[in-house]
Amino acid sequence: MPISATPGGFLLVLAIVMPVMGVLLSLALGGRHSERIALMLMPVGLAVAVAIAVGVWGSGNVLKYLLGGWGPPLGVVLRADGLSAAMLLTTALVICATGLFARAVFRAPVEGPETRAPLVFWTLLLAVWGALNAICLGADLFNLYVALELLTFGAVPLVCLDGSAGTLAAALRYLLFALLGSVLYLLGTALLYGAYGTLDIALLSGRVRAEPVVWAAAALMTAGLMAKTALFPLHLWLPPAHAGAPSAASAVLSALVVKGSFFLLLRLWFDVMPGLPNQVVAQILGTLGAAAILFGSVVALRQARLKLLIAYSTVAQIGYLFLIFPLASSPVTALSWSAVAWTGGVLQLVSHAIAKAAMFMAAGLAAEALGHDRIAGLGGIGRALPKTVFAFGLGGMSLMGLPPSGGFLAKGLLLTAAVAEGQWWWAVVILVGGLLAGGYVFRVLIPALGGASEPLTLRAPASRQREAVVLALALCAVLLGFVPLRSSELLQIGRPAASAVILR
Amino acid sequence: MSAATLFGLCGAALVGLGLFGLIVHPQLLRKILAFNLLGGGVFLLFGIVARRGAAAGMGGDPVPQALVITGLVVAFSATALAVALLLRLSQETGQATLRSDASTNAGTDGVHR
Repeated sequence: MPISATPGGFLLVLAIVMPVMGVLLSLALGGRHSERIALMLMPVGLAVAVAIAVGVWGSGNVLKYLLGGWGPPLGVVLRADGLSAAMLLTTALVICATGLFARAVFRAPVEGPETRAPLVFWTLLLAVWGALNAICLGADLFNLYVALELLTFGAVPLVCLDGSAGTLAAALRYLLFALLGSVLYLLGTALLYGAYGTLDIALLSGRVRAEPVVWAAAALMTAGLMAKTALFPLHLWLPPAHAGAPSAASAVLSALVVKGSFFLLLRLWFDVMPGLPNQVVAQILGTLGAAAILFGSVVALRQARLKLLIAYSTVAQIGYLFLIFPLASSPVTALSWSAVAWTGGVLQLVSHAIAKAAMFMAAGLAAEALGHDRIAGLGGIGRALPKTVFAFGLGGMSLMGLPPSGGFLAKGLLLTAAVAEGQWWWAVVILVGGLLAGGYVFRVLIPALGGASEPLTLRAPASRQREAVVLALALCAVLLGFVPLRSSELLQIGRPAASAVILR
Repeated sequence: MSAATLFGLCGAALVGLGLFGLIVHPQLLRKILAFNLLGGGVFLLFGIVARRGAAAGMGGDPVPQALVITGLVVAFSATALAVALLLRLSQETGQATLRSDASTNAGTDGVHR
């Protein structure tokens, strides 16, 4: 199968190279310039992501670039399909919002000695961006391994930016889980290369057959990626890490970083091994997802601190993503319902990313104003920071799946697919999960909108610009519900024709 | 038993030992060493893949060797990052385990680690 680079292929290179250049420039020029470099790159990166999405949408086909002009199996290909385009856009949007939000916190001191935090934060933010773009665009399993590790190395130090003992322990635990995950992924990669002599996803998908070595590789890679995605019961590292990080970092970690490894799971099961009879696997992954939804939501209901509540809600919302496996790979139904579930799952990925980023930022603003993030002490904050609390509520709406938010559309599509495919048990879980999400969101909103028992003294007035960023992001999460469903065609671009359907 | 089988079994043993150490040992330094052992097993496997996939007249398939070199760099950086974090943790708290840490999380500690 001869392939060549498509027009616009250079955009794919740009999407990866630009953040990396930013990292190198920041390191060379020092912390005083790192903020400016990051903020200058952000609009350009957003434009590149939009250009890639327009290119994929306009041509109705994947964009490709052959590195160095070498084609697979020896060379490495960058490839953007509809799924990559959606993920690239989400990443760029959340990173840009985080950058605007973090300016006030991670500003280099004008006078006096340079501090460490600004340099580290801005370079790592760009590093995470570059790594995520590399994950979106990679089409070679080993390349994806390197991107996955880069993502880990960017994300782990973000957890312990303040250097306290608690966050250091959380970062180490995260790192150990992540390293175990990626080494298992690498082991699976070695087995696949040993069996088929290539790591290119397109070539592999034509060669894999249901044999023991493939099952072993798939099991190892899935287990490893599950640990990195924090799927129940491998979620233990997530709540302390995401709750302990500075709120701008939490937003990126919770919204994007866990999605990077989930994205690879999608690639693995739907692109590398679309032909395997994976019904049992899909049901197992779906069951773990369902357990995550119930467990994460119930534990979130019991948290005393706001950021821990949001972190456990991430554990729950990750569970919804895994319902895509049983619903989008069901053999008994027509292709169209699989496509509906696929759209719902990807939409859940996007809407959760945007809503969760907004909620973490809102929690950060509230915590900065109050000096703590105990839910019991939130009384009166709704009067003091109305825009922040409104943004939190809008994000919560998307998590609950209330219309007209993006979360409603995502969960509605998954629900419809579950009922139409006769897998009603997932529908029950989706509904119960929505109710529980309503429970933990209102547990925050009710005290926040109620009166204070004693007059509220704010430590510092919240910056209007930061509140506006959070509100804009939360509005994006809601507006996602108004995106015409025709655009779901974008997500079908580049899918194998018989996407994960076994024709028996 | 051919050399490839022997080395393959060695690789499998290393992976098993590493996995056991990473999960069971409470000391963080031992966990980091176990991760390296596990990585060593994987790299050995890549070496065998290279030997088995060699074209006629060649010593080995060069692609897995290139992958191993990249993997070594990654494992080295991972170890450096983990050791740096561990050093800071022991400076801050005087301990080198996660068992009774002053983590922000309550409830999930102790059971798993």
